Amino acid sequence: MFKGEVSRPIFSLLRFAAIVLIATGLSLTGCRSKAVSEIAPNEGYPSANNLMQPGADDGQWPMSAKDYANTRFSGLDQINASNVANLKVAWTFSTGVDRGQEAAPIVIGDTMYVVTPYPNQLYALDLKNNGAAKWHYDPAPDSASQGVACCDVVNRGAAFMNGKVFINTLDGYTCAVDAGTGQELWRTKLGDINKGETITMAPLAVKDKVYVGNSGGEFGVRGWIAALNANDGHVVWKAFNTGPDADVLIGPNFHPFYDMDKGKDLGVSTWTPDQWKLGGSNVWGFISYDPETNLIFHGTGNPGVWNPELRPGDNKWSNGIFARNADTGEAAWYYQFSPHDQFDHDGINENILLELPINGQPRKVVLRPDRNGYMYVLDRGNGQVLSATPYTFINSATGVELQTGRLQYAEDKLAATGKVVHDICPNASGAKDWEPSAYSPRTGLLYVPHENMCMDWEGLEANYIAGTPYIGVDAKFYAGPGGNMGFFTAWDPVHNSPAWRLAEKYPVWSGALATAGDIVFYGTMEGWFKAVDAKTGNLLWQFKTGSGIIGQPVTYRGPDGKQYVAILSGIGGWPGAIVAGGLDPDDQTAAAGWGKAMEDLPKDTTKGGTLYVFSLP
Amino acid sequence: MFSRFLNQNHAFRSGILQKQLLILPFFGLALFLVLTGSSCSTANQAVSAEPKHYIEPPKQKFIPVSTTAFRVCADPNNLPFSNQKGEGFENKIAELIGKKLGLPVEYTWFAQRRGFFRNTLREGRCDAVIGAPEKFERADSTDPYYYSSYVFVSRKDKKLNVASFDDPILQDLKIGVQMIGDDALNTPPAHLLADRGIVQNVVGYSVYGEYTEPNPPSRIINAVANKDVDIAVVWGPLAGYFAARQKVPLDIRPVVPAANEKLPLVFGISIAVRFGDDEFKQRLNQIIDDDRKEITRILDQYHIPQVPEPSNKFDMEGGK
Repeated sequence: MFKGEVSRPIFSLLRFAAIVLIATGLSLTGCRSKAVSEIAPNEGYPSANNLMQPGADDGQWPMSAKDYANTRFSGLDQINASNVANLKVAWTFSTGVDRGQEAAPIVIGDTMYVVTPYPNQLYALDLKNNGAAKWHYDPAPDSASQGVACCDVVNRGAAFMNGKVFINTLDGYTCAVDAGTGQELWRTKLGDINKGETITMAPLAVKDKVYVGNSGGEFGVRGWIAALNANDGHVVWKAFNTGPDADVLIGPNFHPFYDMDKGKDLGVSTWTPDQWKLGGSNVWGFISYDPETNLIFHGTGNPGVWNPELRPGDNKWSNGIFARNADTGEAAWYYQFSPHDQFDHDGINENILLELPINGQPRKVVLRPDRNGYMYVLDRGNGQVLSATPYTFINSATGVELQTGRLQYAEDKLAATGKVVHDICPNASGAKDWEPSAYSPRTGLLYVPHENMCMDWEGLEANYIAGTPYIGVDAKFYAGPGGNMGFFTAWDPVHNSPAWRLAEKYPVWSGALATAGDIVFYGTMEGWFKAVDAKTGNLLWQFKTGSGIIGQPVTYRGPDGKQYVAILSGIGGWPGAIVAGGLDPDDQTAAAGWGKAMEDLPKDTTKGGTLYVFSLP
Repeated sequence: MFSRFLNQNHAFRSGILQKQLLILPFFGLALFLVLTGSSCSTANQAVSAEPKHYIEPPKQKFIPVSTTAFRVCADPNNLPFSNQKGEGFENKIAELIGKKLGLPVEYTWFAQRRGFFRNTLREGRCDAVIGAPEKFERADSTDPYYYSSYVFVSRKDKKLNVASFDDPILQDLKIGVQMIGDDALNTPPAHLLADRGIVQNVVGYSVYGEYTEPNPPSRIINAVANKDVDIAVVWGPLAGYFAARQKVPLDIRPVVPAANEKLPLVFGISIAVRFGDDEFKQRLNQIIDDDRKEITRILDQYHIPQVPEPSNKFDMEGGK
């Protein structure tokens, strides 16, 4: 794709449309998804619904996950395996905030939009002028929200659609801003920080709706996903992930594949009475969308508040995936990765929509690297597990039974108060946390940034919250087999095996980016931004940014026709909070188990918040 | 093959100390390649019992104790402990100590939630926090100035007279407990009930409560008075104070047992100071010792249930 360089500026709408048409046409060779070839301009902007088809227009990057299928693959190939070694910094931009930078910059036309961690400042940067700020929008979030965020005050990015930029704020608002002027168009309060609710996820915008979910499973918040009208912000539907079917939007069209997910009001009956009201199961990961079936796909978080021994049952609809009708929210199917969660294997990881040859037949699937360490290939139509294969070291479970769909826990690793359990792998943050993977249709590989962590539950310590003393378990995280805490794995989802993998000292907490140049980008917590060969994993280029990287790399074509790669640098997040928050490595409350594992991190990096944009000279 | 990969890694590790591996030059490590395999079975090898390296808690950075004010960090909305109007018993104790030190009390208000000690005392925004457990990881603490217990709270007119977790009637009652909300961290009563198989009839009340309302954690006591639950197990000071303010008489009894092999239910409460402020701690200990009667009088005014120091102190594995 784009073999001949496209060097036209994109300001003209007509030219823009032409490029999109070319791009969609060309993309048919490289991307397996269907391209949409009509353009519906709106207020000088292209229709985002077209932009967000995989491969539709690789010049732009309209949402965190690049496209509805969440591939994070760009057809741009100007920067490729043979020339990436020459990549240089083109320009930088300081976000002015030195907490964990998990956001993906998004790019529309000649403007880049960057949202910072709390206080969630949105910047529009002029790509024709080395990223000079065009405007700046301050949603003025409530400062008290910082104390409610469980794991650093992050934000995972903005979304664009039809001339509007949408962001979520830590204090529970979704805001729509005019993409051209930065004027606030509407804001809707969805979460209440006084109940422990925050919003950290990147919204998804489709057709006339914006999809948003809440965080706060650690505080007994009841998880939900809501669809807002993109034009005025009113809530069109809201689905809870615990409680009666009516609240969960489960009706006659709900057809889960496995018996364990069938039955009336399981969101109530799989908890002891009333526990579902504090049941967590939040939606703080990425949402994907299938235009063909009009379904959105989202994960659900860990069951809230209650220790496993206090919440017998499967605790629906925690730690699973819902397929929902995008217009009504009605559930189509559900599958539970980790019933009756034992380890905080919070089921919010990304769901990548692909068509893969399974046993020689093309199947529409959801590819899902779960926290519990299994790589799931699910039938996109009904949630059936086609395969579930460990992609890292697992001893907390022995496998997934394909007949029943049930994860088989290892009895000797089950936690109970006062019981000392050593070597639970993966640890509470899982084989892979929120950090999103990328899929290249050219190599057929999923590039997975992940972890290699185990933990001990041992020891007890006195704690004190709101005037109430209690005793907490002392969780200790440490590196799994090999001694490295992170991996970057290229996974072959057809043969269910790794093609290659790279060891990293720290958990790889950044997202991945794959391009048609057959290179893959990711960042490390020390601050290295790396390009590796998509086929072999060979390191082709790296650059040391000012702070640890936990953001999402993106690529785009600038107004000058050149390809650029962008990443936010700024340590933080759950493991990185030790630096971003200036925490004590032994502060279990704040770092929740990470403190001791991350003892070197303050020596290896310091706080930061800078956008780096790279190009070939 | 995946499983072989893990074994190779294992062998790799056995030859090199984990510490050394961590500081190996990175570029080499980054090219740590693994061969593609065709089959991939569930790998479930045991992790070796190699010792892990945890670090010791860092030193508290030195921040001098104020000589012009008794600087206290407190929750602005958390009766009976404290509030911004100075109506809590911890406010009264702070005033008493300030008087003895000959210094005005100066408050930094901060919700007593996650990160409270990290953001307040340890950062030097104050020099003392009036309430903290006597053995505490985040701060040094004075001698306890009172001991209290988790208590059973019920309406007197129900005549339940429950004091023990082993009372069989608990199987049939609707029981309110305070919930913390972190994985594997909850109030001791919740665990003692679960140990006895009492989970179906338990209702959780967040210790955080609704912070927009006055005294967020008090809802569990209202629930007893309103018959939303038959009985609740609540930290003593909260129960004593709010029970005395209900329209219906409530019965309060310290729980039995006062500890089991896993968890204590009686806690000594001290004043927290920064590690290293030994001289200041000694002065506070002296005041606690000299004015114990006055402190007890304040606690009694607030209906704080006090229990004797446990003869057999709970031994926390890993505690300090």
